[in-house]
Amino acid sequence: MPSKTLSVAAIKNGTVIDHIPQGTALRILALLNLTSYPKIATVGLNLPSQSMKRKDLIKLEDREITQEEASQIAVFAPKATMAIIRNYAVIKKIPLRIPDTVEHVFLCHNQNCVTNKDRMSSKFRIIQTGSSIHLECVYCERMYSQDQMKNYIHDV
Amino acid sequence: MKQNILRGRDIISMADFSKEDILYILRVADQVKKSNPNRLLSGCLMGSCFFEPSTRTRLSFEAAMKRLGGDVIGFADSSTTSAKKGETLYDSIKIIGQYVDIIVMRHPVDGSARRAAEATDTPIINAGDGSNQHPTQTLLDLYTIKESQKSIDGIHIALVGDLKYGRTAHSLAQALSHFNVRLYFIAPPSLQIPPHIANHVKAKQVKFSFHEKLDDVLPKLDILYMTRIQEERFSDSMEYNRVKDVFRLTLDQLGAVRPSMRILHPLPRVREIDPSIDATPHAYYFQQAQNGLLVRQAVLSLVLGKIE
Repeated sequence: MPSKTLSVAAIKNGTVIDHIPQGTALRILALLNLTSYPKIATVGLNLPSQSMKRKDLIKLEDREITQEEASQIAVFAPKATMAIIRNYAVIKKIPLRIPDTVEHVFLCHNQNCVTNKDRMSSKFRIIQTGSSIHLECVYCERMYSQDQMKNYIHDV
Repeated sequence: MKQNILRGRDIISMADFSKEDILYILRVADQVKKSNPNRLLSGCLMGSCFFEPSTRTRLSFEAAMKRLGGDVIGFADSSTTSAKKGETLYDSIKIIGQYVDIIVMRHPVDGSARRAAEATDTPIINAGDGSNQHPTQTLLDLYTIKESQKSIDGIHIALVGDLKYGRTAHSLAQALSHFNVRLYFIAPPSLQIPPHIANHVKAKQVKFSFHEKLDDVLPKLDILYMTRIQEERFSDSMEYNRVKDVFRLTLDQLGAVRPSMRILHPLPRVREIDPSIDATPHAYYFQQAQNGLLVRQAVLSLVLGKIE
């Protein structure tokens, strides 16, 4: 009889990010600049989930997510769960809270925005209306949906 | 007497202002109009920093300062500044802020006014940052609407022309969303109001609709706010030629409008309003420009803390 257990390996030390909305895991890897992570990163896409029907999952070996990174992840996956693992045991759960602002992470799409012209950080105000999240550039006041935020400062 | 809530404050974006703030500024503008306090800003120095050329706004601010007894230093064009040598805006403003009591700044880059405000403790008044905001234009528009209609609440107002790039339309739509108004956005589809502004208005539960023709809504209006189709915003001259005469207001269109309807325009106008309309009681754009002086006098006096 085939096993019903998912074959996602446990990690010894690192971070497990679970309950990521389906289709968002790769974006979170890009956000954290982990697309060329030199250690083991296990990414599960479209996994069955009781609460979400389908979900994504990320396990990062030897990488502990910081509270600031957790806030950035919350912009895309507000209901994700995050746990720090040491010696195969959960030693800490990082609570996710959508931040009021996100600094120096995303690029503003407006080419005439001062953040793309002067030597400075970008800064976006997070605006949550019901279940939708928008990001408003603090400087040029352009408003973007989560899906539009695909350009990261670390790529430049 | 109400405490001056604008003392030392930057005037960057209409998004920073509550309805109460707006009405307070309009009341002070009325006070300035009645009392004509010609020595109020004596001893105060304004930095007039125009990194992009402007005639009307610059002269209006400089006249406002000087007519209240204040003094002005500055430049009318960035070609004479260190920006030309590659200096960042942040550095330029940090230095200028040490010389003056208040900075009035126009700059071609969106968001530059907010950035400038981070560089100095000296208050910054945004006189236009790219296609983003031009708050004193909006305040004078609101003052003019209130003056001509007695109230802002309850009016039907159409914004017409280049609503995509025109910053006056963006700021005005945002500010009007504090009030109980009905908005009509009239523009060719390629120049309609951007979604982020429409979303803002929607979030405030203000009723609005999009139109491609002016005549459909003219009889319903209290205020017709015309704007210029800006040739410099078009990369395609054929597209410009196609839309430039779409919203040209002529005398014969005014037959069915309300007697109290007033036409506003931030000026300069090019072809949008036929000069034959100037002599009708509906034309209010020259009074509007005159109100710019009053409102800027009020804003300068409030930010400099010289009036309550």
